[in-house]
Amino acid sequence: MSEAATHHEHDHHDHHPSGITRWLTTTNHKDIGSMYLIFSLIMFFIGGSMAMVIRAELFQPGLQFVDPQFFNSMTTMHALVMIFGAVMPAWTGFANWMIPMMIGAPDMALPRLNNWSFWILPFAFTLLLSTVFMPGGGPAGGWTMYPPLVLQTGQAFPFLIFAVHFMGASSIAGAINIIATVFNMRAPGMTLMKLPLFVWTWIITAFLLIASIPVLAGAVTMLLTDKFFGTAFFSAAGGGDPVMFQHIFWFFGHPEVYILILPAFGIVSAIIPTFARKPLFGYASMVYASAAIAFLSFIVWAHHMFTVGMPLGGLIFFMYATMLIAIPTGVKVFNWVATMWRGSMTFETPMLFAVGFVILFTIGGFSGLMLAIVPADFQYHDTYFVVAHFHYVLVTGAIFSIMAAVYYWLPKWTGRMYNETLGKVHFWLSTITVNILFFPQHFLGLAGMPRRIPDYNVAFADFNMISSIGGFAFGISQLLFAWIIIDVCFFKRGQKASAGVWEGARGLEWTLPSPAPYHSFSTPPKIDDKMLAHGDVTH
Amino acid sequence: MTFSKQKNPWRKIALMSAILGLPGAAMADWGLNLTKGVTPYSNTVYDLHMLILGVCVVVGIVVFGLIFYSVIAFRKSAGAKAAQWHESTKVEILWTLVPFLILIGMAVPATHALIMMENVSNADMTIKVTGYQWKWHYQYLDDGINFFSTLESGSNMARQLKSGVDPKTVPNYLLEVDNHLVVPVGKKIRFLTTAGDVIHAWWVPALGWKRDAIPGYINESWAEIQTPGTYRGQCAELCGKDHGFMPIVVDALSAEDYAAWVTKMKAATQHADAGAAVPAAAVAQQ
Repeated sequence: MSEAATHHEHDHHDHHPSGITRWLTTTNHKDIGSMYLIFSLIMFFIGGSMAMVIRAELFQPGLQFVDPQFFNSMTTMHALVMIFGAVMPAWTGFANWMIPMMIGAPDMALPRLNNWSFWILPFAFTLLLSTVFMPGGGPAGGWTMYPPLVLQTGQAFPFLIFAVHFMGASSIAGAINIIATVFNMRAPGMTLMKLPLFVWTWIITAFLLIASIPVLAGAVTMLLTDKFFGTAFFSAAGGGDPVMFQHIFWFFGHPEVYILILPAFGIVSAIIPTFARKPLFGYASMVYASAAIAFLSFIVWAHHMFTVGMPLGGLIFFMYATMLIAIPTGVKVFNWVATMWRGSMTFETPMLFAVGFVILFTIGGFSGLMLAIVPADFQYHDTYFVVAHFHYVLVTGAIFSIMAAVYYWLPKWTGRMYNETLGKVHFWLSTITVNILFFPQHFLGLAGMPRRIPDYNVAFADFNMISSIGGFAFGISQLLFAWIIIDVCFFKRGQKASAGVWEGARGLEWTLPSPAPYHSFSTPPKIDDKMLAHGDVTH
Repeated sequence: MTFSKQKNPWRKIALMSAILGLPGAAMADWGLNLTKGVTPYSNTVYDLHMLILGVCVVVGIVVFGLIFYSVIAFRKSAGAKAAQWHESTKVEILWTLVPFLILIGMAVPATHALIMMENVSNADMTIKVTGYQWKWHYQYLDDGINFFSTLESGSNMARQLKSGVDPKTVPNYLLEVDNHLVVPVGKKIRFLTTAGDVIHAWWVPALGWKRDAIPGYINESWAEIQTPGTYRGQCAELCGKDHGFMPIVVDALSAEDYAAWVTKMKAATQHADAGAAVPAAAVAQQ
């Protein structure tokens, strides 16, 4: 397509429909990115309300508010909504907004697919959330959907399966789009080893998605045929194997864990250099470490199921392989610390969340290493120690970096600065309360409290009460987050942001004005190494 | 549990926040840490846990120390000028190799403990544990004793939604059953775990392990309890509505007491057989 034709088409596209039709039919990466992010925020609050129900019931021993079946459906739905509804769409939203701007492209490579991959999600979650009101209640067998228990689900069962299929289709479409965009639409001169780490970690994430989501789709389809079409894939009585489901599920599930956290590594690798005013330490080793983590994520799945009764050789293999993940993860943490070392740091809200991420995610990494040690895992497995572990990596890891990213890029998206004081208050409230919420859960697990129980012995009462208080306070603190965003986006308050926004920010996205124009780079930018965050690594 | 006796939750919260500031001793009875347990294996696991926890704490202090030092020393407001170096292959190799060596230091004792746990040979006796929604069934394969074990009625009443019963008034709330599993001390007991409906997991923390009970599978584990006493645990794999309400209680008796218990149980079983009053469920399990 000639230059002139491209321009003509862009002019045409700028006259987009208004009102709801604009959002239904948009193929613009920024519109779609915004929809993903708003969707994610809504799901964050829906999933969060479910967590509030859980913490309210666990506030004191005895059953005060909900029956055990509903409690189980809350833990199940909380996980599904947070993983597939809050965290994954947030990553895709950031990717949509930022990747074209970061690589010097006008838009995503497959804009119609992009529209479709977003609009599947509201339907998927309508299906999933509607199950709470069905006879028999929502799915209550845990988000891991282990048979035979999950086959006891009532009318919600097929809705659960199809919702998972939809979410998976959306993720795969998003991943294909990101790979196609990065491999085909980089501006001339933007070589792979000049890409921002957020783009790198997202490409790796996209490959993980394409490799792992179909495995999940296969597993849940087998559940569906076991339930309705007389197959016995997972039924021992019919010659099948319930443990096989766990192997298949976690072959998806462990890469999924890195799908949830790799883009966070990319975001933190962008924010820390900006506010330390110093280039990221060890760019190349960060790329290799991400790839190493992705590779290892496919050979460690059975560490989620050490207690199913595997042969000794299997246990030893999965223990060693899991322990190895500590090495590339450690390299990343050390690189971030080295980036801060001898920098010139300021602590605006994105930096606060990024430094909070490094510390708290590392705590989650430590408990992860402990869980890798099989004999110790025989004690930790399925206790609150595990709950504490994955909430440290997912809340203070993934969610904290999502918040860091929102504060970091909001001025670029809207052209206005958010309220910095409120942002800092939000950070400190979140950080203090999230630790009151999750740190005592380590103690509960070690003291012997199993996870996924609605009621407990009085010996666990004190730490549960502390944890619940932290939970309520953390939940309320997030309303402040929503307010800060609404304040900027709808009330349009706050100072006008410059193109660079942050003093130390480098990269193509900061060369565009704030707010960024509807079409990012209509003509490819000239790549000047000085304005790139990692332009000088290949010299 | 000193504090659980107090009725007013707010007083408790105030006390707790005061005590949270105090480390170690003050919190000893709060159940902060893994317990040593009562088997040689559980002691090994405890030592392993303390070792890896210790390594994590030391590494954490170093890494977090460096972060806090940077945050304080390299602030723009403190006049710090940013250096521009950003690469060092030497350092990268160093912080790849050092963690690798630390990991080997952890892997060696972990592998030893694992081999110990997986060696179920030469057991003195075998107990088959079957999980059901929501109770446990125990079969003493050598003595022909078998019985179900379900949540004790006091706990069961108190745990109903809005029962109005204060759980603190129920002894061993949710950790008491009608029929305890009785075992001898000083004997290597082989446990075979399986399930009749969905997946459960049999876990008594004092024995140092849990093992899934899976329909169609028979998993092997073992324990050699050294101290007589009563040890409590719970189902550890989500198994439906009443997953939180199928506890496990193990009574470890001296050899003589155990022999007496076996004699008593056998007599009761024969009596029941003679009266043809064997519970249907028990027959189904034969």
